[in-house]
Amino acid sequence: MKDETIGIHGLAFNEPLLFDQGSSGRTGCSLPEVDVPEVKTERLLPKKLLRRDIPGFPELSEVEVVRHFTRMSQWNYGVDLGFYPLGSCTMKYSPKINEEVWQLPGLSRAHPYQPESLVQGALELMYELERYLAEVSGMDRVSLQPAAGAHGELLGMMLIRAYLESKGNPRKRVLVPDSAHGTNPASSAICGYQVVQIKSGPKGYVEPQSVAEVMDEDVAAIMVTNPNTLGLFEEPIAEVAKIVHSKGGQVYCDGANLNAILGISRPGDTGIDVLQFNLHKTFSVPHGGGGPGAGPVGLKAHLAPFMPVPVVEKKGERFALNHHLPSSVGKVRAFYGNFAALVRAYAYIRSLGPSGLRRVSEVAVINANYLMSQLKSHYHLPYDKFCKHECVFSDARQVPHDVHTLDIAKRLMDYGFHPPTIYFPLIVRGALMIEPTETESKETLDQFIAAMKRIAEEAERDPELVRSAPHKTKVSRLDEVKAARQPNLRWRPKGSDPTLSASG
Amino acid sequence: MYPEDLRYTKEHEWIKVDGDRGRVGITHFAQSQLGDVVFVELPKVGKPLRQMDTFGVVESVKAVSDLYCPVTGQVLEVNSTLESKPEQVNADPYGKGWMIVVKIAEPKELGKLMTADRYKTYLAAEGH
Amino acid sequence: MQYIPNTDADCRMMLDAIGVRSSEELFADIPSRLRLKRGLNLPPPLSETGLMKHMRALANRNADVDRYSSFLGAGAYNHLVPATVSHLVFRAEFYTAYTPYQPEISQGTLQAIYEYQTLICQLTGMEIANASMYDGSSALAEAVLMAHRINGRTEVLMPRAVHPEYRMVCRTYASKLGLRLHELPYTDKGATDLKQVKAGLSQRTSCVVIQSPNFFGGLEMLDEMAEAAHAVGALLIVCVPEPVSFGIIRSPGECGADIVVGEGQSFGNALNFGGPYLGFFATKEAYLRSMPGRLVGQTEDKEGRTGYVLTLSTREQHIRREKATSNICTNEGLCALTATVHLSLLGRTGLRELALLNLRKSAYAKEAIAKLRGYELRFSGPTFNEFVVRAKKRTPAKVNRALLGKKIIGGLELGRFYPELSDCLLICVTEQNSREEIDALCKIMGGAR
Repeated sequence: MKDETIGIHGLAFNEPLLFDQGSSGRTGCSLPEVDVPEVKTERLLPKKLLRRDIPGFPELSEVEVVRHFTRMSQWNYGVDLGFYPLGSCTMKYSPKINEEVWQLPGLSRAHPYQPESLVQGALELMYELERYLAEVSGMDRVSLQPAAGAHGELLGMMLIRAYLESKGNPRKRVLVPDSAHGTNPASSAICGYQVVQIKSGPKGYVEPQSVAEVMDEDVAAIMVTNPNTLGLFEEPIAEVAKIVHSKGGQVYCDGANLNAILGISRPGDTGIDVLQFNLHKTFSVPHGGGGPGAGPVGLKAHLAPFMPVPVVEKKGERFALNHHLPSSVGKVRAFYGNFAALVRAYAYIRSLGPSGLRRVSEVAVINANYLMSQLKSHYHLPYDKFCKHECVFSDARQVPHDVHTLDIAKRLMDYGFHPPTIYFPLIVRGALMIEPTETESKETLDQFIAAMKRIAEEAERDPELVRSAPHKTKVSRLDEVKAARQPNLRWRPKGSDPTLSASG
Repeated sequence: MYPEDLRYTKEHEWIKVDGDRGRVGITHFAQSQLGDVVFVELPKVGKPLRQMDTFGVVESVKAVSDLYCPVTGQVLEVNSTLESKPEQVNADPYGKGWMIVVKIAEPKELGKLMTADRYKTYLAAEGH
Repeated sequence: MQYIPNTDADCRMMLDAIGVRSSEELFADIPSRLRLKRGLNLPPPLSETGLMKHMRALANRNADVDRYSSFLGAGAYNHLVPATVSHLVFRAEFYTAYTPYQPEISQGTLQAIYEYQTLICQLTGMEIANASMYDGSSALAEAVLMAHRINGRTEVLMPRAVHPEYRMVCRTYASKLGLRLHELPYTDKGATDLKQVKAGLSQRTSCVVIQSPNFFGGLEMLDEMAEAAHAVGALLIVCVPEPVSFGIIRSPGECGADIVVGEGQSFGNALNFGGPYLGFFATKEAYLRSMPGRLVGQTEDKEGRTGYVLTLSTREQHIRREKATSNICTNEGLCALTATVHLSLLGRTGLRELALLNLRKSAYAKEAIAKLRGYELRFSGPTFNEFVVRAKKRTPAKVNRALLGKKIIGGLELGRFYPELSDCLLICVTEQNSREEIDALCKIMGGAR
């Protein structure tokens, strides 16, 4: 039978580790001229501090290094290769012009401690970006310091704690819905809070009643995600916020899903006190294979005194860094933020403008609903109503054939797609969370729909084909049990055992 | 699957009583839910525990669970072979997969635990 | 709009398929009073040409290390970046990929992280390393939290010779969990006072933090610190913001460190006005399950082929949630890849030579400045590529003003962090500073009014 999957085999290479190739004495780098006296190291440093050598360190020429990483890159899937519908990750296309701008020497080759008069351009960019993010979210101020979403969450919870401390009692507990991302409870715990889980209601959102039942003067905050991880707008968010505020608590919003509501609804207008942005999601900063991203935090005026330092201020026509906020929580990282990511988000916002951003959300939501409407004939949809930028299916209709979400995900690779997010949110068994984003064409969506339908058919007709997928990738399913039982986390020279001792 | 001579907790531990000593592990249901066990963290001998205190952690590739002590007492023995063979928890949860032995301080507490029948009913009620 | 392929006509077809007349119906569940009833108050869109002009104008209002000579260090270093690095790291398969949760189609990223973990272990002399943290300062904070998780103690010894911003970050993180940081003084040698460390240690001490080279460029006696800490059951955490020093300085692992953290920006990552940077984190096997961050492990597939996966994830937030070792999710993946490529190009001899060049250029500058009238070296101990100079006749601000006039960015004025050193400058010299630049620096410093 003709193979109709998009994914095909190509010429890929086996490429050994850096440490298993090269040869003694090779180098791939040209160092600057030695134009100072070559004083003996022993004259400059105590002998006992000296290191003679780094055994096992790679020794390769430039061409070997280039081939090494070029070959390895061919084993990867990226947004520039194809559809990457990871729910809650917003894998949208990263505009190439943004890659040009952050590398301008004035932006990428400036030292953070240069005098302020020599970094006015950078400071202006940060000042303006703060204003733009505040406007988009309906917040009053924004801290650009955190390096990632989870980092921003941590800062957000610190701000809440500092605010409540200033009111006399930091309180002990934080409410977190069962649909929340794992970073939410983890961030609360680092701030010294005990996490109390709230069950989502039958309609998929948190019911005000559930909150009222547990809200008291010992609860510091509730952490919500809106739109939530089911891709649904938390309709009663304003009432929930009111309940929490009435007992003096604060409302934290996980802004990971902002791509659904740009220019349509603003968290700050719904009662949110703090939220984090994920610039590597909503604002097109590339994901880098696991970062770097940026997680700025938007906040309402009452939390501003506690912002981390420094903040960027404008005095007349000049911009300055203010390091002295008496009630500041301090710093969550050295220097000012993931500036190169901030530059790209700034460029993205300047490129799209207000109507462009609104169009982003409109099309993201249309794309997701289109997928949902076309897939529900073949996959179980736990919440059958219009979604926002992402939709969540389950494997309930495939399980009777002993085909599960994991198998569907692996088979999608053979069709040339990156799988959606799987097994999250935890409240849906066998969840498949699909977020197309606005940067996908209808043709791509149709190809994905066709593939998903074929896989559903395969699950009935030839389940073993799906269970044994993927068939076309460089490696097939990997033994994760072995990886965890006998951790081998680094290369070691031949003759030594790379796995850790059993006591790990 | 659920030996009659054991007692069970709501957190899916079992205890086998022998005089004033109790051997503890996790049930067949628990190990099947976890999947392949990759690591078990056990307490030091001598550690005092109250009923339902956590005495350790059991880890699989996709999940991690706290382990709860069915009775108040002191840790007398620890199954050190689980360090190199955590898979014993899956293969033989009531035998070679045992985790700790405790000295039972309050025999009356055993009355709060479930019999095999009650545990089976409990599992059914939870939808398993 | 070029980033949104679907036109109005495409959207019309999809809306028909969904069964609605307009996209408004898809937003009907948002209560009316929560809808924004105006356009966003943002500047109108720029074309690519317009954007480029605007960004160049912004960039031109910044100085950079190409147009100025720079002698700034203090946790961010101007080092060479071979041209090869960007050609590899900015391959779309690397930088437009996500976290490698689906290993079968992420082997490129995963093998690179495995190599990175290995390189960090080799440099630090430790047994295991994670896939990266946000930066050196937060890596240090996480190390302090980890020490507390391991021994349950709450006192932390934190020398003033540790980077001031790193100390501030530690304070911010640690205060939420009841940890107390005790500051320790430095000596006239420009290193942490070992006697004071010993005096500060007790059974309540969780860890001792030592930075080496420290903020003043000075080298610390790690062996003695390790011994003292271990004698009371405390951990030694070594922090290295300038890891080029690993090329010639004995590794912290060999000296007895329990956790080694630091900043990988020096390895191929641009200065970028402060970020993104790269936190590295390494420790002993025994502490594996307490270590935060992602880990990549080697394994096999069903056919016995070697492959790599994220492993031991149960420690992490997406599974362990509130009991996780950290809340970290997205880290600095591409920066770690950059460091891996960079170190591969430098290699065993290249890194050593680079470190030697830094040491010798810095020594040359140090010697020349010490001879200048009106200046003296503030500390007498050995340094790597940074050192502190005391300006006796003019304020540091005046000195730097004179230098700026000749397009030289001088050393960091220390008064902002150390009031007792307000007459001092922290000068950093790397392989990027030519002899001519160093001579110019000395000439102008010598003649500064």
